[in-house]
Amino acid sequence: MNPENILEIKDLKVKFPVTGGLFLRKVAEVKAVDGVSFNLKKGETLGLVGESGCGKSTIGKAVINILKFSSHDVEIDGEIWMKTETGEIDLNKLSRSEMRKHRGNIQMIFQDPYSSLNARMSVGQIIEEPLLYHTNMNKKEREERVAWLLEKVGLQAEQSKRYPHEFSGGQRQRIGIARALSTNPKIIIADEPVSALDVSIQAQVINLLQDLQEEFDLSLLFIAHDLSVVEHISSRIAVMYLGNFCEVGDGYRIYHHPIHPYSKALLSAVPLPNPKLKNKERIILTGDVPTPMNKPSGCGFRTRCPIAKPECADFIPPLEEKEPGHFAACPYVSA
Amino acid sequence: MHKKLVEIKNLKTYFFVEDTEKQKSLHQEISDPALMDLYKTDKYLKNKVPAKAVDDVSFDIYEGEVLGIVGESGSGKSVTAYSITRLIPDPPGKIVSGEIIFKGKDLLKISFEEMKKYRGNEISMIFQEPMTSLNPVMKIGDQIMEAILNHEEIPKEKAEKKAIEMLTLVGIPSPEKRLKDYPHQFSGGMRQRVMIAMALALHPSLLIADEPTTALDVTIQAQILELMLRLKKEREDSAILLITHNLGVVAETCDRVIVMYGGKIQEISEVDPLFEKPLHPYTVGLLSSLPNPDLPMEELKAIPGNIPHILELPKACKFNTRCTKAFDKCFETEPELLEVEKNRFVRCHLYENEK
Repeated sequence: MNPENILEIKDLKVKFPVTGGLFLRKVAEVKAVDGVSFNLKKGETLGLVGESGCGKSTIGKAVINILKFSSHDVEIDGEIWMKTETGEIDLNKLSRSEMRKHRGNIQMIFQDPYSSLNARMSVGQIIEEPLLYHTNMNKKEREERVAWLLEKVGLQAEQSKRYPHEFSGGQRQRIGIARALSTNPKIIIADEPVSALDVSIQAQVINLLQDLQEEFDLSLLFIAHDLSVVEHISSRIAVMYLGNFCEVGDGYRIYHHPIHPYSKALLSAVPLPNPKLKNKERIILTGDVPTPMNKPSGCGFRTRCPIAKPECADFIPPLEEKEPGHFAACPYVSA
Repeated sequence: MHKKLVEIKNLKTYFFVEDTEKQKSLHQEISDPALMDLYKTDKYLKNKVPAKAVDDVSFDIYEGEVLGIVGESGSGKSVTAYSITRLIPDPPGKIVSGEIIFKGKDLLKISFEEMKKYRGNEISMIFQEPMTSLNPVMKIGDQIMEAILNHEEIPKEKAEKKAIEMLTLVGIPSPEKRLKDYPHQFSGGMRQRVMIAMALALHPSLLIADEPTTALDVTIQAQILELMLRLKKEREDSAILLITHNLGVVAETCDRVIVMYGGKIQEISEVDPLFEKPLHPYTVGLLSSLPNPDLPMEELKAIPGNIPHILELPKACKFNTRCTKAFDKCFETEPELLEVEKNRFVRCHLYENEK
């Protein structure tokens, strides 16, 4: 592994079988993630953007290795190398009990602050639970840690006796963040952490995430569909479409000078809060995203691509370095 | 400016929720005669307190305009729209007082049967959830035709032709075949287009779109917004009331904007001045809490605090708990909605002396 990386993903493929017929035989498969490789550097934020069904959340779940243990028939190929204190390990090869030893290092923040907290547990219990499994702290130490965490995320230590329904959406997301931080993880996977929140609350949570990242030296995989939020928080961005990466590179560069035709269309479709830009040139894509079950052959984007050529059906274009540190998966464009 | 299409005056829509604790002290607090009457006549309201979802809202919708209502969850923007079509579930909701004058007729005074003639025909609505607002066991074509046949006395074949025409208009490929499909065979964006087709089938004068693109991806959102605006242009005297929380959508589609918070209108403005120089501290906060990719900014300027619960809205100014500019007066009296510039209204004590 490269010394500056904390996570290296090599050729990750995730396939879900589709069963049907009388004996529920496998009739088709959904290639949710179709050969994706990327690195997460120490202390950086990598933003993962794409539309619904492109596989961005599946990558998150595959990396934290909960997919394999939550659905028995999913197929996960590829390597997920993580750096730990004792060395490098491939998470994809671990058994459930082996994985549990490492899960303290890699934690997740979920999208929906309403369903991701157990309504029957007090906030204190929710944040304490990971400490029970992943540390050897005694009761007093755990309580102190919970109080400290609550204050870190902008809540009060006294609130640990309360239950989730007594909190608003933004506060609940803070509780989810405190829970993810409880075991002192090195990597956090944030799956759409702000998309369920109101604009004014969203900004508070983004600021909190950035402060905590600096304080705890976290590496963040930030999955979202809101491009301006991703650009704000990420140092690098990866754009996904139908299970493949289209473009990877510096966040500012991609936002202002996208190369891949899909990234271009995606960015031009985002409505900007500035009426002066009302009449900007907009690329309106026709049609819908094909389902990953009937993925087009070759380049997944060719059915909606404005510059598609017949050759695009022949092969899945690999990521090419178009300018230093900026990769795009299309042979017909340049920086 | 164009003619007024709808005039909404002092609309109050409350939801009544059980709360025996607060109920005891409530009767001394009610100063509104309409609400007092309601409590005297309606037994259902015993032991219940009003959640003031829309509280004294007045505004006009002009012909030919796209009017946006923005606000966060619980601000009352959707309830305002549902009040116009009288689709407030009763109980627990009630339109306590106010007038909604549509083409010279007060929609709150007519019977429910009469109201049906307006819905779909004159005023139609697109809902947020394209997944749940279509009937899953009815063919798409039948659903569109149902809307047409309810309002027009035409043979079924003609209605079908019209349904095909509408589906073509909203860009659904091979509409003759797709008429016989069920909603689950359509994607989210296509379902929303079917909703638009249905809403526009009878050429309504007012289209109310309640978060029409919130559940959709950005590339599909761009398609739907473009479609809505193109169809509006074809009929000059019609208007769109667009309810959204997305300020980007507002900037790109609306002519005028209403900003709501805590059940009250806080600011009304034409779209350009609102984004150039927001006046109300809430609008200022809302705009600066958006990430701006053109400005390298380390920290977003978030509005402090949380949105207060609807039963615990502060007295006087509704925004005083989160406002950075609040002073003594803000906790004592509720500011009026004042016209500070031409066509520009703000509800804030800071601007009272400017008038």
